[in-house]
Amino acid sequence: MMRFIPVREAILGSAILILIILVASRFAGFVAPSNLANVFNDTAPLIILALGQMVVILTRCIDLSVAANLALTGMAVAMINVAMPGLPIPVIIAIAVLMGGIMGAINGVLVWKLSIPPIVVTLGTMTIFRGIIFLISDGKWVNSHEMSAAFTGFPRAVLLGLPVLSWIAIITVITFGIMMARTQFGRSIFAVGGNPHAAVYTGINVGKTQFWAFVVSGALAGLTGYLWVARYAVAYVDIAGGFELEVVAACVIGGISIAGGIGSVGGAVLGAIFLGVVKNALPVVNISPFWQLAISGSAILIAVAFNARSGRTKGRIILKSAEATQ
Amino acid sequence: MTPHAAPATPSAVVSMDLITKTFPGVKALDQVKLDLYPGQVTALVGENGAGKSTTVKILTGIYQTDGGTIRIDGDPVTFGTPNDAAKAGITAIHQETVLFDELSVAENIYIGHAPRNRFGLIDTAQMHRNASKLLADIGAPFSSHTQLRDLGIANKHLVAIARALSVDARVVIMDEPTAALSHKEIEELYELVETLKAQGKAILFISHKFDEIFRIADRYTVFRDGGFVGDGLIAEITEGDLVSMMVGRSVDQIFPDRAREVGEEVLKVVGYSHPTEFADINFDLKRGEILGFYGLVGAGRSEFMQALFGITKPSKGVCRVNGNIKVMRSPADAVENGIVYVPEDRGKQGAVIGLPIFQNITLPSLGRTSRSGFLRLAEEFKLAREYAERLDLRAASLDQDIGNLSGGNQQKVVIAKWLATQPQVIILDEPTKGIDIGSKAAVHEFMAELAAQGLSVIMVSSEIPEIIGMSDRVIVMRDGLIAAELSGDDVTPELLVRHAAGITTQTEGAPQ
Repeated sequence: MMRFIPVREAILGSAILILIILVASRFAGFVAPSNLANVFNDTAPLIILALGQMVVILTRCIDLSVAANLALTGMAVAMINVAMPGLPIPVIIAIAVLMGGIMGAINGVLVWKLSIPPIVVTLGTMTIFRGIIFLISDGKWVNSHEMSAAFTGFPRAVLLGLPVLSWIAIITVITFGIMMARTQFGRSIFAVGGNPHAAVYTGINVGKTQFWAFVVSGALAGLTGYLWVARYAVAYVDIAGGFELEVVAACVIGGISIAGGIGSVGGAVLGAIFLGVVKNALPVVNISPFWQLAISGSAILIAVAFNARSGRTKGRIILKSAEATQ
Repeated sequence: MTPHAAPATPSAVVSMDLITKTFPGVKALDQVKLDLYPGQVTALVGENGAGKSTTVKILTGIYQTDGGTIRIDGDPVTFGTPNDAAKAGITAIHQETVLFDELSVAENIYIGHAPRNRFGLIDTAQMHRNASKLLADIGAPFSSHTQLRDLGIANKHLVAIARALSVDARVVIMDEPTAALSHKEIEELYELVETLKAQGKAILFISHKFDEIFRIADRYTVFRDGGFVGDGLIAEITEGDLVSMMVGRSVDQIFPDRAREVGEEVLKVVGYSHPTEFADINFDLKRGEILGFYGLVGAGRSEFMQALFGITKPSKGVCRVNGNIKVMRSPADAVENGIVYVPEDRGKQGAVIGLPIFQNITLPSLGRTSRSGFLRLAEEFKLAREYAERLDLRAASLDQDIGNLSGGNQQKVVIAKWLATQPQVIILDEPTKGIDIGSKAAVHEFMAELAAQGLSVIMVSSEIPEIIGMSDRVIVMRDGLIAAELSGDDVTPELLVRHAAGITTQTEGAPQ
């Protein structure tokens, strides 16, 4: 793994670089540091959600409810802000993370205790969460003039040259890097996805690990919910509609095996950045939305084909060494 | 022993000659020959890796040969697809019978060749009529409407056999058909084999069990390392000669000699019970002891072990580790109390692909290698190195992906994983099931070594020689209860079988 992932990441990183160079050859302004920082900031929500999704996919599950979770949390904190404009931002963030985490826990409990397939659970909760937004908001929008300046200003505040939104993404990446490599929870996630039966016998509770993966994914969705609504200064039923598929796509492009157990933080981040670059760079050089979609789609297929290929190589190596030991 | 005095050799139905099959990097079969005769059972004998499975796959059209000829009734044929082989009348009953759980018995029997009505649709009524007749012929105790998933493994075999009969097969391949069957079910299978023989089918029988081979086979063919070693009539060879043909060396001492000294009590189980699986299990285990658990399949041995390991919860009972009462609520509790369980299913005990070797080894020991919640990779590496060296694990680096290791070395990683937890009690569930004689001896050697180092071993096994050869004491389970506890000279095949099968009089006659 230690040898494989860097190769995969290097290829993905090169693809991103080539893409940037191609765009820069047509429009030099794209590679200006300030513009690249903008692209990163635009991609920050996708990066945060992709990390949560990565954890879930690694445990052989999938979380389709992240975008609905984001939208519901976003609407809830926006309404709280309207009702209590004086509530400090850290409290708002704590509420968002907690709400998102609780929604993740609902997914987790259904998967863990009732053994319902994750795709079914999260398809159901996705619809329910969207429905609840309609219920609590009556289908009305919360607009920027209703929100407090502190509420909308926080993600955009600039710190050391980067907006807070970008910093939060960076901190999330670092936290996940440590969590996946250096904690028992991180290791359990790989074990549960890599071989759930063996995990049981090593004393790892598979269902509980999956539960916590959903909680992590939900909490990040909740956090992103606040950041999203504050950044765009608007909350309504359909925000981030369909975004869950983009999040899954980022993971797949980043080499997270949809069968679980294989993947890395670096991969998920690069997968998200790749999609972010495609989305931001191509319109700049007047490439039609069709080609944007086609490139994203092709990237998914290429990534999956590449991963399948590396799996086959492994099989051959086993046979060779089997011969060598005889 | 079969009394078939060298039948006037009929001509072979299937004859494979100079068959070669190469995979990238490995020659799986090298100019082997195999003949199958009508109305006779030919046993294909060989260690793991001898090429038996490859042969079966070639005969059933899954693999294509790289050289040599297959003849049916003397005419050369080529099997491009499994369908070609099926049309030629060759059918296989696999180790893990390949059937469809969600379909009915009749649908399983007729899938792919169901009777059609005049509209070209499946004639369900006709299909069930035909299926019922086939099932009656082989004495199957269930209806053609039964869902396959409701049947036990033995009955699933009957369905597979009915399927073989339904295509009017001339050649039936049985690949380890008895591996998962109980004693009684095996007897029933033997009767069925006799029926098939009487119908003139040629049978290829693959088994690791010699008593079985000598009981039902007429002929043998031996492969070793992908090559042909010899063939002939079972009546003209002894068990010892067959074994030495198979391994290429004579096997005299199979079980390691060991000093049977045991220490103080490590584990005591009192009154373990479960609502449906087992009841009132009491025993103790001493330091350095190997305690055998014998019984028929379904006697509740694995179910009890899973409860002892905390996977399922007993309804009653306590266990004491080193004199302290402990409750195993989860496998994590058990591991913490020094009890580890190497399950029967190799997939379950297997490696976690995606983690490098050292992380596979330290997976159950992370509590010891981490500080304030954070893993210390250097400590992990040290622990992994220690046990990798102890087991002579051959790998370029412990940082390597475990998927790149050979099967044998992967198994060492799995064992290192458990030893690194520094257990007091190791539960081995069918440790040598389905592995070849050479590897078996290595496992037995290793088990003896562990016991000598003061580890207590609980060995669940269905193989009488292994139970007798390895155990200091034997507990026999039957129908979820302890039927007997035997030690010393009482550990005889006859007593084991009697207690396991619940035979109280001589009438049933325990097989020798």
